[in-house]
Order: sequence, then C-alpha cells, then structure tokens
Amino acid sequence: MEFFRFRRDIPFMSWGKYTTTISLLTFIIAVFFLATKGLNLGVDFTGGTVMEVGYSQTADLNKIRNTLAGIGMPDASVQHFGNSSDVLIRLPTKPEISSAQLSEVVMKALRQEDSVVEMRRVEFVGPQVGEELVENGALALLIVSLGIIAYLAMRFEWKFGVAAIIANLHDVVIILGFFAFFQWEFSLTVLAAVLAILGYSVNESVVVFDRIRENFRKMRKASVEQVIDNAITRTMSRTIITHGCTQMAVCSMLFFGGEALHYFALALTIGICFGIYSAVLVASPIVMLLGVTREDLVKIEKKETKEEAVP
Amino acid sequence: MPNFYGESPAIQISPMRTTDKADTSLLARVEGILKKNNIPVNGMLFELNSVKVRFSDTDIQLKAKDILQAGLGKGYVVALNLLSESPQWLTDISALPMYLGLDLRGGVHFLLQVDMKGALSKSLDRFSADIRSSLREEKIRYKRVSREGSQIIVKFRDLESRDKANDEIKNNYEDLSLREHDLEDEFHLAVSLKETALKRMQDSAVQQNITTLRNRVNELGVAEPIIQQAGADRVVVQLPGVQDTAKAKDILGRTATLELRMVDEEHDVSLALSGQNPSDSELYTERGGGPVLVKKQVMLTGDRINDAQPGFDNNNRPAVHLNLDSNGARTFKQLTRENVGKRMAILLIEKNQKEVITAPVIQEEIPSGRVQITGNMSISEARDISLLLRAGALAAPMDIIEERTVGPSLGAENISRGFNSTLFGFAAIAIFMTVYYLIFGFISVTALGVNLLLLIALLSILQATLTLPGMAAIALTIGMAIDANVLINERIRDELRIGISPQAAINAGYERAFGTILDANITTLIAGIALFAFGSGPIKGFAVVLCLGILTSMFSAIMVSRSLVNLLYGKRRKLETVPIGQVWKPTSNKR
Repeated sequence: MEFFRFRRDIPFMSWGKYTTTISLLTFIIAVFFLATKGLNLGVDFTGGTVMEVGYSQTADLNKIRNTLAGIGMPDASVQHFGNSSDVLIRLPTKPEISSAQLSEVVMKALRQEDSVVEMRRVEFVGPQVGEELVENGALALLIVSLGIIAYLAMRFEWKFGVAAIIANLHDVVIILGFFAFFQWEFSLTVLAAVLAILGYSVNESVVVFDRIRENFRKMRKASVEQVIDNAITRTMSRTIITHGCTQMAVCSMLFFGGEALHYFALALTIGICFGIYSAVLVASPIVMLLGVTREDLVKIEKKETKEEAVP
Repeated sequence: MPNFYGESPAIQISPMRTTDKADTSLLARVEGILKKNNIPVNGMLFELNSVKVRFSDTDIQLKAKDILQAGLGKGYVVALNLLSESPQWLTDISALPMYLGLDLRGGVHFLLQVDMKGALSKSLDRFSADIRSSLREEKIRYKRVSREGSQIIVKFRDLESRDKANDEIKNNYEDLSLREHDLEDEFHLAVSLKETALKRMQDSAVQQNITTLRNRVNELGVAEPIIQQAGADRVVVQLPGVQDTAKAKDILGRTATLELRMVDEEHDVSLALSGQNPSDSELYTERGGGPVLVKKQVMLTGDRINDAQPGFDNNNRPAVHLNLDSNGARTFKQLTRENVGKRMAILLIEKNQKEVITAPVIQEEIPSGRVQITGNMSISEARDISLLLRAGALAAPMDIIEERTVGPSLGAENISRGFNSTLFGFAAIAIFMTVYYLIFGFISVTALGVNLLLLIALLSILQATLTLPGMAAIALTIGMAIDANVLINERIRDELRIGISPQAAINAGYERAFGTILDANITTLIAGIALFAFGSGPIKGFAVVLCLGILTSMFSAIMVSRSLVNLLYGKRRKLETVPIGQVWKPTSNKR
C-alpha cells in the first residue's frame, strides 16, 4: 500500500513567492496577537498561587467566589477545570499573607462551605522564582537556536543552518500567536513543548536538506530549483507519515492526558502541523533566497572524493 | 523489571534515637499491638534497624499508623512508606523500580530561601554578646555596645580604652573588621563582618538549616525525603507521599530559639503596663506568672546550645536541661557571676512570638555551661521545647518561595493518564505501520517496543525521576522514534523503485538513512539538553526522558531492526520480493 504516487516532481520552488508571502503574513499576524493580547502566562512565570480542588458533584463557582471574596481575595480567578466538579483557583501574590499559609486559609474557608472539598494540587511560585523561570526559558530558547545553527553549519553549510532556524522560529512564533489569540494558559510545560518542537521541526528540515545534498551530487545537470523540488517531492511521503505518527501519539495525549497535559499536547499539535508546512515551504525557499549553489555542497563532496582517492 | 511488581503501602517503625536499636522485641510489640486492634497485616520484616509492616491498602495503613504511634509512644518514629513488592533477589542486584516524581506520587515540594538579613542580624547579636563578655574579662571599660543597622557600635569614654579594645577584638575575632570613629566626647569603634566571613556565614547558615530541617522532617515521619541545597542560598525540600500538607508546612516553618536577657528590675512594671515602656526594655508576660519587664539586650542566643534534654529538677518538676557550648558557657559564667541575686529571663521565640518561659533568680555563678530551665511547663511541653531547641534553632529564618503540592488522588490519576496516552499512541502507530509497511512495519514496531523497554530500564537504573511531562516525553519519543524507521523503510522503497535488487535495497536503505537519522536526532537532542540545563522540576523530568528516549530510539532503530531484518532475510541470497508493501513504480519509467 502506498499513498504517495507522484508522477512528476511537484514544482514547490516556483510557488516560492507565494509561500513566502503567506508565511510572512501569518508571522505578522502572530506577532500582532502576541503584542496586543499578550500571552496568558501561567503561574510559573508570574508568580502566585494555583489551587486545584475537587468536589463530589458540580461545583458552584459563584459560591466559591463569594467565599474567597469574604476572606479578602476578591481578585481570585475561579474556573472549571476539566469536568464540572473540579475547580481551578488562581490567586495573585499577596505580600501580607505568607503564601504558604495562603493555601491553608483558602482551604479552611472552602471546607467551611462544603466539607467534601478535596485539595488536589497546590502550586505556589514566589515572584522572584517566576522571573527566574522566564529568564531561564528565554535563555533556553536562545541556546537551542544557536546550538542548532552551529550543528547544521557544521554538517551542511551555514546557509542551511540559518534557513532552518528562521523556518522553525517561525513555527514557534506561530504557536505563541495561537496561544495569545485563544488566551490558552502558557505554562512551563507548554514552553517545554515549544522547545521540543523546535528541535523536532529542525529534524524535518534536516531530512529535506539531506536529500538536497544527495541530489546535488546525483543530478548534475539540474538547476538548483529543480534539485530542491525533487528533494522535497521525494521526501514528502516520509515527512507526512512521520508527522502523522507523531500526531497520533500526541492525539492520544490530547484525549487521555487530562487537563495537565492538554495545553502541552495542543502546542505540540500546532507545532507538528506547521512543522510540515515550514519544512517544505519555508526552509527551502529561504535557502534559495540565500543563494545556495552546487558549489557550496560540492566542497563536501570534493573532500570525500579526495579521501577516497588516497587509499 | 521491578516496575511490574508495584508497591504496597507499608509502615516503617524506627527508634527515635539512633543509639537505640530496633530488635525482635520491638517486632513482637508491634505485632501485639496490631493484633489487639484487629488490623490485618500482609507481611512484616525486620530490616536495617527498623521494622517494616505491609498492608493491603492505604486506609488500613493510615489506621495502623495512628494506632502504632499511640501504642509505642514518642520513642519511635512511625512513618508511612511504600515498599516495593519485587522479590528480594531483584533488590539485591540493585534493580530498583522507577523513581516517581511528586506529581505522580503525591507529596509536597518546597523551595526555601534563607533570609540572609535575618542571619546577619542574629550573628551580630551573638557577636555583641561575645564582645561584651570579652571586654569585661579584659577589664576594658566601655560605655555601651549597641547594634545599629549592619554594624555594632562600641562606645568608649576615653581613647585608651578604645585602643585597647581595638587590639583585643582584632586579636580574638578574625571575622570582624574594625573602624575607628570619633565624636566629641565619645570614641567609637564600628565593628562589622568581613566579606569572607559573610560568605562563610551564608554557606554555614544554609548547611545548618538543612540539618535542622532534616531533623524536623524526621519528626514528621516521612520516608525518603529529599533535602538539598539549591544554589547559594536556597534549599529544596521534597516530601513524597505526605498526606497532611498543612502539618508539613507548619513544622518546617517553625523557628524556635532561645534568648537569655536580664530582667529589668530598675523600672517599675506597673508603669510599663500602663503603656510607658522604658526605652531599652520590653514587656512580656511570664508564663504562669505576672508581667515582666525584660531588657532588650540579648545576653545569650539559642545557637549556643549544644544539647537540650527533657528531665526533672530537684523538686521533680518538669525541666529542660541545656548544655551550652564553650563560648556560651563562658558568657553564661560571666553573666551569672556578675548578676547573683538578680533575675534573668529566658525567652522562647517561636515564629516571631516571644514568650518568657521563666525568669529565675540567679543563685550563683554557673561555670559548667549546664543550665536548667524549670517551672511552668508540663512534661510534654518540656519534651517539645527540648526537641525544638535541639533540632534547631534555624541559623537564619527561611521563607518559602515556591511550593507545589499534589494530593495523592491526583497523583494516581496522573499515572493512569500518562500510561493510557502512551499505550494508545503506541497502539495506533503499531497498527498503521504494520498495515502500511507489512512485515517491515512489524519489524519497526518491534524495534519500537524494544526501544520503550530500554528507555524504562534505563530510567529505572539511573533512578531518574519520572514526572507527568516525563510520561508525555515517552509518548513523544514513540512518535519520533518511528521517524527513524520510516526513513529506513522509505529508503528501501526508493531503492526498490529504482530497480535495485531487494537484498541490496535493504542494505542501501539502512546505509543511506543512517546519516539523516543521526542529524535529525542530534538536533532534537540539543533541544533536550538545553531544556535539561535550564529547566526545573517537572521540566527537567521531561528533558531527561526526551534525551534518553532519543538515544534509545537511535540505538533500537538502527541496531535492533537491522538485526531482525538480517535474521529474517539475510540468509536468502536470492530475494525475489521484499514484503515492504506495495512499491509503486512511476509508469513513465517503464517506457
């Protein structure tokens, strides 16, 4: 059984102008949403307290809100979490009450209202820890990007490295844009997902680049454009199958992973989908844009043939 | 392998004092108590100076804990524990089950930061007291020793005294740096801590706090707690399996220390009661007695206490016996010598609340450094106070800057969710691969299975922490591992398409794909390593699993599937077809 029956190479590169424009557009839209709506930063980054409590039946959010306002926390955010009997309470940092006590105070008040309430989870992050996590996250992003450029420059050629990173950062920005637009909670786990996607999509681009390099060697008479087209077409089947498989794993996480992993899986899904798009239609046009020629890769080939000639 | 055996709820009973030994008589006692209360026991063993008892579920476990604690009394620590069910021989070869993170087990995680300012102020208090006693010993007259901000100011009436003091302090206290400062009729000596001393104090404050915390956590009865230094001034405390988080926070936060001050007998207590406090005294209520005016100046601080034991005094009243260290003993000796007949107040400071426990009259000079605090306490209070004093005065107060608590039910839920998502993901991929690539697909799936087993084994052996994002990483790794296999299979198909013979196609497929697999996986590995370096807590768990997963998947994709393929097809020279599914050749080639 085979899905991908290509008679000819699909002329991807001739669509170069269109695809780049579309990419640019989506990129700008994403940035726009990031700037205006901003990310809904989770407690990990802002500092504050998050409590997950469970009731035995449907919880009355308003009653909970009133209870909290009664003990001096009118600015608590209360919402359902998962199913209707689980409630997520978010409290900003309060300098007066020691935060360790905060959760106890809230639990006591809630228990007075309804003694069946069960504390599932509490997370409290002090403000300076939150700041540190933001810093670390940004640093991690930077290091990963630099690391990848360096590695790719070593294996292929710097133009490929830069192209790959631009394409994949484009992915990352789009994911962030989605999160900003829908105001999904951006927590530490989501950041981890984003970084994983960065590595993973580069994976994609690498496969294509590898093919391109091989093609340069084999198709000596073809132009750069044809070479790239061919490479992409050939690897198309593999790209889609792999992404499909990974997506299946992520889907099962989406459905069965529960709330905690929900946004994580969501970030991964978006990343995977756009990953296909960017690997095929963004990375390579950029490479072309940067003016890659056979000579760039032939360097490597010459080295190899030289080594072979000298036994 | 041990993972398959699971764990059973258990109780661990160990004697409080390390000098006591748990022995068979303890075993018999425990058995007796449990039988009397009709608690069914799954098994009992005696191991490593403690008795461990297994139960079939957590309800019985909790009941048993309470009963045992009540029955055995305070001499023993009764802790909840999870004992692995794996047979003895596995444990002997250190095949330990996976170490589950807090979000899978339930428990509490705290990040505490040492309040260095508080530590500094305490240390300056201590130095003030020491300086005072040294000066007195050398008979250098001073006007006043007081603390101002982060310095101690010693005031003298004449230059000679000041210079003598300067030399004296410089010789005896190498941690202090001195600066001379003159006012009109007073000669000042500004004393502050040297930089190196400051840093040393910070380190030792953290170390001391860690020890103190460890003692307190033992009191809580938690098995496998983690208490570690995290950075220059932070401590991580993790208490897995803790059900009562309120109590945990309470015990951890308690600061108990002692201060010894002189009672102010010059001023009138009733004046103070009506609101007029003299400037250098504070008003307290003595426990079980009336109001007492106590001077603000601290003569002796609690960290001079080496040991504190509950006991009885000569009149058989509950008392706390203290042993002071040499510095403390010296100061105390001086204090008692100079103040015979006067009253001294012993304050217990807990959570910023100060209370005068007792304010006895100093009968005589006490040279030995042994102090007895009597009066107004019950025997259990004496015990508590001794414990608090012994387990520590925290060298510096600590704030909780991060807390993550996961209730036990959520922990179990998380495990099942993580497990399910991995399972279904694996199943879906397995079906697809087999259908699409036939036997080769089946081989890929087998390789994937091996990959998973390897990963879990590796995690167990390394005792790496598995968290919920870690399980997500496993699911992700499956998806990515399949990538390598897909690459290989696609390559083989490519080669077949061009018309190369099947045997050669297989070879070529593996060879060509290798380079690509390497590149692709290394880039993801870079991301994983960065996450590991910069992440914390659950994210670290994710990163670890991701990195290990990539390594095992590279290994299994290349080695395992290759060997399987060789096993199945290697021997046949003339391979007609390769069951890799339909290999569609573009009809244009056949012209």
